Amino acid sequence: MTLPPFQALLDDHAEAIHRFLIGLVGPAEAEDCFQETFLAALRSYTRLREGSNLRAWLFTVARSKAMDAHRRSRRAPVPVAEPPEPRRSGNGGHGVEPVDGDLWAAVAALPEKQRAAVVLRFTCDLSHREIGRVLDCSDDAARRSVHEGVKRLREVWA
Amino acid sequence: MSDRIEELLRTGGGDGVGEAVERFLAKAEDGQLLDVAYARAESPFGDLLVAATPRGLVRVGFLHTMDEDAVLDELATRISPRVLRSPARLDDVRRQLDEYFDGRRRRFELRTDRALIHGFARKVLAQTARIPYGSFLTYGEVAAEAGNPRAHRAAGSALARNPIPIVIPCHRVLRSGGVIGNYGGGPEMKARLLALEGAKVAGTS
Repeated sequence: MTLPPFQALLDDHAEAIHRFLIGLVGPAEAEDCFQETFLAALRSYTRLREGSNLRAWLFTVARSKAMDAHRRSRRAPVPVAEPPEPRRSGNGGHGVEPVDGDLWAAVAALPEKQRAAVVLRFTCDLSHREIGRVLDCSDDAARRSVHEGVKRLREVWA
Repeated sequence: MSDRIEELLRTGGGDGVGEAVERFLAKAEDGQLLDVAYARAESPFGDLLVAATPRGLVRVGFLHTMDEDAVLDELATRISPRVLRSPARLDDVRRQLDEYFDGRRRRFELRTDRALIHGFARKVLAQTARIPYGSFLTYGEVAAEAGNPRAHRAAGSALARNPIPIVIPCHRVLRSGGVIGNYGGGPEMKARLLALEGAKVAGTS
């Protein structure tokens, strides 16, 4: 197996990585993290071992860039977390339904590993096995992180 | 309740990745991380895939006879997997090709990267690059100019594998007697290119 053209990775995974980063760090930070993720991936691409799971690898890089961004913002003077804008409300975005922005604030408050697991599972539609690869843990541990994350969300968001 | 949570999580993320991708491509180019840039170009025969390294034009592929993914895979394998779409890097190539197909350009002023050409083929294609607009040689003649008059078959296979057709004008090499012979874009395209250039080809294929 040889490495596919990098453009193929971009075409296949840019959207999912973007969603992952928005889920992890919010839309404002996600933009920079996205750039850093793909630049770092492109830089190290030629040194990748053959047979690597390219999608899991990209998510791993993205996660580490998101953690960097978190560390930076914790050091920054005004660390105001900006929740993602509500999207896809059936009634045009203002109304009776609970605003899902609240949910994203709750997601942002999860421990990092649970947050990554929940976003990978639902927002990015990865299997537990792939999540395990990204988080560098077993399938079972990935499943537990997803489960605990959702459980925690259910407690705070009702 | 958890279904509702899961449903909302699924709709997370959102639009705007297109712009993020464009910005990334610009940064990749600035950071000199782009080993092979490619774009599509138009021609009267169908789309072309054009690709360049920092050294110059490395590949012209006829998309009416071959698959884009196959061309890109070949570039990834033989040059570098850091292959990205970057039309800006190929603006000049595309402009000159347009002018050529319009009959307004007789020679290309482009740097080429001959990384995909090896051995005897280098000599053959170097000689082919010298054949003037509107004229032609036979396979045997090109073989002779490349230093081996008896190697007309090797010359033929070198020309058949020309990675930069049009710009390295392998359509200007015919079988003896003015027979058009084969071409990566099909014999009809070869005949029409020669006609475009006003070449006086005696025989017909």
